[in-house]
This record gives sequence, structure tokens and C-alpha cells, in this order.
Amino acid sequence: MKRQRGESFWGMLVVRIPYAWLLAFFLIPFLIVLKMSLSQTAIAQPPYTPVLDLAAGWHGIAAFFSALSFDNYVLLGSDPLYLLSYLKSVEIAAFSTLILLLIGYPIAYAIARTPRRWHAVLVVLTVLPFWTSLLIRIYAWMNILERDGPLNKVLVALGLVSKPPAWLATDTATYIGIIYSYLPFMVLPLYAILEKMDETLLEAAADLGCRRWRAFWRVTFPLSASGVLAGALLCFIPIVGEFVIPDLLGGSQSPMIGQTIWTEFFGNKDWPAASAVAVVLVCVLVTPILFYQHQAMRMARRD
Amino acid sequence: MRTFGAKRGFAPWADPNPRALLRIEAVSKGFGGVAAVDHLSLDIFEGEFFALLGPSGCGKTTLLRSIAGFERPDTGRIVLDGVDLAPVPPYRRPVNMMFQSYALFPHLNIEANIAFGLKQEGLPRREIGQRVADMLAMLKLENLGRRKPHQLSGGQRQRVALARSLVKRPRLLLLDEPLAALDKKLRGETQFELMELQRRLGLTFVIVTHDQSEAMTLADRIAVMDRGRLMQVAPPAEIYERPNSRWVADFIGEVNLFEGRLSDDGASVEGTVAGRLRAAAKVDAEPGAQVWAAVRPEKIAIAREPPTSGDDNSIAATVVDIGYLGDMSVYKLRIAGGTQMKAAIANIGRPTGEVAGFDEEVWLTWSPDATIVLTR
Repeated sequence: MKRQRGESFWGMLVVRIPYAWLLAFFLIPFLIVLKMSLSQTAIAQPPYTPVLDLAAGWHGIAAFFSALSFDNYVLLGSDPLYLLSYLKSVEIAAFSTLILLLIGYPIAYAIARTPRRWHAVLVVLTVLPFWTSLLIRIYAWMNILERDGPLNKVLVALGLVSKPPAWLATDTATYIGIIYSYLPFMVLPLYAILEKMDETLLEAAADLGCRRWRAFWRVTFPLSASGVLAGALLCFIPIVGEFVIPDLLGGSQSPMIGQTIWTEFFGNKDWPAASAVAVVLVCVLVTPILFYQHQAMRMARRD
Repeated sequence: MRTFGAKRGFAPWADPNPRALLRIEAVSKGFGGVAAVDHLSLDIFEGEFFALLGPSGCGKTTLLRSIAGFERPDTGRIVLDGVDLAPVPPYRRPVNMMFQSYALFPHLNIEANIAFGLKQEGLPRREIGQRVADMLAMLKLENLGRRKPHQLSGGQRQRVALARSLVKRPRLLLLDEPLAALDKKLRGETQFELMELQRRLGLTFVIVTHDQSEAMTLADRIAVMDRGRLMQVAPPAEIYERPNSRWVADFIGEVNLFEGRLSDDGASVEGTVAGRLRAAAKVDAEPGAQVWAAVRPEKIAIAREPPTSGDDNSIAATVVDIGYLGDMSVYKLRIAGGTQMKAAIANIGRPTGEVAGFDEEVWLTWSPDATIVLTR
């Protein structure tokens, strides 16, 4: 096939724009953070050393590299605060994702099974909360969860509790906030895959002697596995790094990793340590997951 | 006379005390006020290859799905082996269906697809393995067991679907347009394989199709359906040679129809555009009643000379058009009064030219045997 130069140029440009975007706004900032994590904190502007001084020429560059060290990573290993913080994040992200799946799957399934003309309406309703800022919605939850807020009033009125419990500053509040906020991210990929499901497959399963519930586990669920994976990753990864929700709703006794990074940056003004925490988060947690997902998708395609 | 046209001497429906495997008793099923199946009754016998034939929307698929249990009839009963199926859910009916789309499970390989139904029965692993292997061998799929459905050709997928529904040894196998997705040549080959398979296994097959040649080839009996009703139920030859109505005569194959009145002796039709047309058998209707004489195009002979014998029906015509189909030629002809007719002549001899050319004056003749008198 013969291709004209102009076409190929524009074609390549279109393909490369997303890569250029990722390079400029993801890879380069990450390299800056990586460099920062190898620096030392200092009372200066910026608050770390060394700073690359190109004016000093070759000596400057040599001095710059010799000043880099892994001290911050050693610090992460020596203080259990960081490890606990990672574990806390993973724990909350894992349980939240599981609960999201348990709530989101039936919602997505129900939308996919309603008559087609309702689909658009139901999908819009699912994403409707996004029309309000996350911050405002979380403040609303703070109101709802207050000791004399609407939730406790209802619980007391129904006689379910004798004394209004404290919700705010607990893990429960964090879970409520996270599950509320991330539900659309779970529902949408699941809906996308369930909506395409061929219903004759369920009839075939019934015809071959399979009850409805069994047919679900043998046919529907396996066929929706890629949607489950996509939804789970779409929730799990951002929840691990979540800051706003646990900071506003959760307790301070065992912070999530996002809160730890915030504290290092703004509380302790220790940019290098904060950067090291962030780099470990990306390298140890996010990268392996994305790699695994990439492999799984490739396997799925090859099948 | 009810065994007329029966293949292989198999005609349980002609038995004076027939015992049906499946009885459909006055079944109706409507969708949004429109009757898809309208008060339909039908008996299907053990070992029979039965075809439901009709144009799309005639209710044949709804009837099949009602037998499988995917549709619940509004009224009437479906009785299999003397058991009313109404309270039996699809997953407990001793009936299996082969879907038009095949509905193979895309996430399971061929073996697992075929084993699916047996696993639901909780059979021991060894027996499942043996029966799946037998089925793969019977349908010549031995080397494909580990493949996924999308890695197979259309014809192979069709066999897997068949294997999956046969492996459970159903009392009744339902086939919904099983060959519709295959190309024409493969369809022809598969039809004969399907017949062979049905005879070898001695199972009862009910096939839904809109393709009349498929129904004629496969079935012991055909039920011709239109708008939820049965138009005629009979062996293929009887449906073709003795249709019971203009609708059936016209739906199955080609036909020339002549409207007229029944003669006093009850064996000919008078006052048609072709004059008086003789039939071989008497018709059970009042003399003078409105009837139609029907004749199939291939029963008509074309000659340049008028016939000498006086028994046959004969009429003068002009050749309007000739369609050459290879094995036969279809003549479009015009008779007095401008009525169009069709005649089909088998091209038996060497290609030495046509029986008659364009615009030529010819004589059409056919025997009284070939004239069917229809009262509706």
C-alpha cells in the first residue's frame, strides 16, 4: 500500500499527541518528584538540596549527582508510620473496592436489564453526582454524619440506637465517603460490558439444565470478568491515593498514604520525604497493578 | 390416504390409535394484543423429523420457544410423554434446543461447551468425558475440543451447537433455523447429515425454518403456518401435490391458479380464463361453488402443435419471457385475456435450443392428474 507523505505526517501526529501529553504532564513531573526524593531537605527556596545549577558547568552537574542519596528511602523503612500508612491505604482500598463491586454489580446488572429506552436516563442518573464538586458532596456527608445530623436523628427516631453514635473521624465515615464517591466508576464499566451480553446465552444455559442463579455464576459473571477488572482497578488505584475523603471524614490516628504525603509536604515541609513516599507508592503498588492489567487484557484479546 | 408421501414407510400419524410424544393442545400466545400463536393444536410422534414452516412472523419460533419453556402459552397445554409441561421450568424439561445464533458460550472451549449440560446433571467426570468424546467424534470435531468458539468456522460452530444439544439425549430436540447461517452449499450437505444423524440416534427433531426446500428435504411431516395458525400438516409430497388451500399451494413452490365454478360432476372447474379444466378426482363441494384450479409449472408441457388426445387440459399461449436456470427453463406465458402463466421445462436433452422461442404461439397441456381443485 502506498501512502502519501502528508497523510503519514498527520497520521503520526495524531498518534503522538497523547504520548506527548503523557510525556509532558506525567513522565516529566514524575522524574522531578523522583529527583526530589533523592534530595535532602533544607531551609531554602526550594526547600531541598541539591539544586541543579547549569551555570556551574560540568562541575555543577557532577556535584549535583554526587549529592543525591537514598536517605529518604532508608527513612521510610526505619519508621513504621509509613508502612502502616501504606497498609492502611491498601486495606481501605481493597475493602472499598470489594463493597463497591457488591453494590455496583447489581446496579449495573439492573440498568442493563431494564428496557433499552431507560438506559440513557439511568446512566445519566448514575453520573449525576459528578455535576457537583466532590468537596461539596463530602461536606454534605460531614453534615449528614454529624452527631446531631440527619443520620443519627433518623436512627434515634427509629429506635435503632439509644445514644447517637459518633460517625465522623472514624473509618466507617471514610468508607461511606469513598463508596459514595466511587460508585459510578464501578457501575459504568460493568454496565458497558453487561449491556452487550447476549441474552440467548442465558436461555442456552437454562435449556442445558442450569438454574438462573447458577447460570449467572457460570455464564454472566465469567463473561463480565473484564468489566469487573476494569471497574476494580478504576476504583482501587485512586482510592489508595485518596486524600480529601479520609482527611475530611476519617480519623487522624492511622492516616492513609495520601494524608501522610500531605503532612510531609505541608506540615513538615519535608518535600524529599514526601516525594519518596509518592515514588514508592507508584513503583510498588500502581505499576505492578497496571502491568498485570496490561497482561490480562492481552490474554483476553488473544483468546 | 393419510400415508401419502410418507418417507421410509414411517407414518405413525396414520395409525388409528396414535400415541403422540408431544401434544400441543389449543395453545395461544399473544404479544401486545397480537396473537403470535392462535389456538393451535398439533401432535408430534416419537422418532419423527417434524418441520414448522412459514414466513417470518408466522409464530413458528414462538411455538418452538413455548415447547422449550422460554415462552409461557396464554392458553392451552403442551404435553410431553403424557406430562403437562406448564409447571416445568426450561432447565428441567427433557427437551433441548439448538439456537439460531448457536449461543455457544464464548468463554468456554468446545469440550466445556458440550459438557456444560452434562455437568448440570451432576454426572461423574468419566462419563461426561466419554460422552463428550463420543459426540466430538460423531460430529467430526475431534481435533477442535480445546478451541474456543470464535476460533471455529461457521460450519464447525453449527456442529458444536448441535453436539451440545444432542449430548443430553433429549426426548425432543428443537432446532431454530439451524442452517440459516451457513452458505448454500454447506447447507445442502448439512441437511443430509442432519437427517442421517436423526435416523441413527432415533431421536425426535422439531425444526423451525422459513426455507421450504429445507423443510421438504428434512422432514417426515411439515406444518405450514401463517399468522399463528396451522394451514396444513402433512408429509412434504402431500403438501406439494395436494395442498389444501390457495395459500399453501402458493407458499410452497410455484403455482398457476384459475378461478372458476365447480362442475356438476364435481371433477372439473368451469368458467376459468382457460375455459373448462379437468381434474382427476372429485372434490367434496357443492356444484357451482367458487373453486380454484391449481397447476404446478413443471407439470405443464409446451408444444408447437395442438394436442391430439382429448383428455388433457390444453390451452393456447404466447411466450413472453424465458428464464434459463441451467437444470430447467422457466417460461412466462400469456394466454387469452392477458392472464400470465408459468411453465417449467427440465433441460434434459443436449443444449440444442429452446422448446419455443420468444413471442412464439404454443400449446400448453397438462393431465387432469396435475390439476388440483382448491375450495379455499
